[in-house]
Amino acid sequence: MSTHIDTANDTRTILRTEGLNVYYGTFLALKNIWLDIEKNKATAFIGPSGCGKSTLLRCYNRLNDLIDSFRAEGKITYQGKNLYGSDIDPVEVRRRIGMVFQRPNPFPKSIFDNIAFGAKINGYKGNMDELVERSLKQAALWDEVKDKLKQSGFSLSGGQQQRLCIARAIAVQPDVILMDEPCSALDPISTLRVEELIHQLKEHYTIVIVTHNMQQAARVSDKTAFFNVEPTEKGGRMGYLVEYEDTQKIFNDPQQQATKEYISGRFG
Amino acid sequence: MASSQGSYRTGSLVRSPGSPRTLFNNVMTVVAFICGALAIIPLIAVLGYVLFRGFSSLNLDIFTQLPPPPLRKGGGIGNAILGTILMVGIAALISIPFGVLAAIYLTEFSNNRIARWIRFATNVLSGVPSIIAGVFAYGVVVLTLRNLGLGSYSALGGGFALAILMLPIIVRTTDESLQLVSDDLRQAATGLGATNYQTVLQVVLPSALPAIVTGATLSIARAAGETAPLLFTALFSTNWPRGILEPTASLAVLVFNFAISPFRNWQDLAWAASLILVLMVLITSIIARWATRQKVY
Repeated sequence: MSTHIDTANDTRTILRTEGLNVYYGTFLALKNIWLDIEKNKATAFIGPSGCGKSTLLRCYNRLNDLIDSFRAEGKITYQGKNLYGSDIDPVEVRRRIGMVFQRPNPFPKSIFDNIAFGAKINGYKGNMDELVERSLKQAALWDEVKDKLKQSGFSLSGGQQQRLCIARAIAVQPDVILMDEPCSALDPISTLRVEELIHQLKEHYTIVIVTHNMQQAARVSDKTAFFNVEPTEKGGRMGYLVEYEDTQKIFNDPQQQATKEYISGRFG
Repeated sequence: MASSQGSYRTGSLVRSPGSPRTLFNNVMTVVAFICGALAIIPLIAVLGYVLFRGFSSLNLDIFTQLPPPPLRKGGGIGNAILGTILMVGIAALISIPFGVLAAIYLTEFSNNRIARWIRFATNVLSGVPSIIAGVFAYGVVVLTLRNLGLGSYSALGGGFALAILMLPIIVRTTDESLQLVSDDLRQAATGLGATNYQTVLQVVLPSALPAIVTGATLSIARAAGETAPLLFTALFSTNWPRGILEPTASLAVLVFNFAISPFRNWQDLAWAASLILVLMVLITSIIARWATRQKVY
């Protein structure tokens, strides 16, 4: 898990996006993205709706493959390997690069089986009880569910379900956890708990989080990428990266006018 | 703008039972109620009469004995009960795996154009009269067996004909229930590194299982009651089923044969057979409901 191949001279980079263009059919959805994600940091993607931040996130674990019209140009390297290379198995990519979704989506199984599912399908060898306990503890959910592991995942509250989904993602021991607006369906208190969790998870995992909530980006992330969107001649909407910097810098001293306006709430 | 505005009746808030729209409302409610009541009369009448006539000729021998010769007391329809179970079983073994896998292909893997044609084809198939399915099974199974010298009319032919009738029901109900499974679940499984079939078999199918079982039960209920396709595929027999390549009795054909006979004892057996057929369908549904309720979260 901790072995990383040194590609360039920068060993801190775990995901490198090089000149990525994303098309849906003939529409260009994301244009010319260059962006390096650093290891064991939390990186936030912010920007107005439709700017392609979720699309980019889903490129990192090749979840966009599920969309028929999706096509990517350019390169995304993960520890030096091109994720869109012809020799890459997307199924294996998705174990290394896990995902937490916008709406909590536990499986219609027991809490235990929700965690054990990923381990089983990926051929985990070891004590399943320990794995479940460890994952739930890491997701700060163990104390709340340890007496009802056989109950349905749906019996939990929304915030608990989302932490269950995080535990489920952790259980397959990924390097990177992608979070697609993980708190947008949660109440403020649950949101706070998930944010605390993100802080803890940073020690072991690389986190990339898409959020509409700028305070959240400021609270949880080390680096922030601001995306914007502009209409194309063909009537589509094309997203592009405006600015990518340390979170402190983005929020206190943005270099671009658009960033400045967005974080001060003047548009988006 | 204001000048073109219309106006409403200005009435009081008190009920006016005589007003035309209140009258219309009440009359239509009564008409709808009468139609609803009329609709369940046939159901109650049929079930009630089958229960009444069937129970009076029901005894233990019915389940264990062979049909008697005309005008002889006693005897039973054990061979027909066994034959129906045998043929519906064969039909289920053929149609459930095929139908479920076909539906999985439709929802999970096919592109839209192919899926539309397959859905259209299954809808057409579900509208095909059952006797046509029987003719088809006659041509495919009965004549083939005859050419191979293995037999002719058989439980296999009957089961095949019933399978053709069950197939579209199973495909359609499974297809619909799989489409109702949220894409969030598929993405969650895929995001954990599940392959397509791991996702389908371990996440999507279990979520849709209750609906699939209901569909399979419905199709079994329909198949168990079919008579026409069995008349010239399984034919009939007054003996116990000896194998799937022999002519085989079934409850539905027995009801047909015995009900039109002039012999009183055969007619009584036909009533008993009707009751057992209804009960078999009922019990199958209850077991299916009960079995799926346990596992659903």
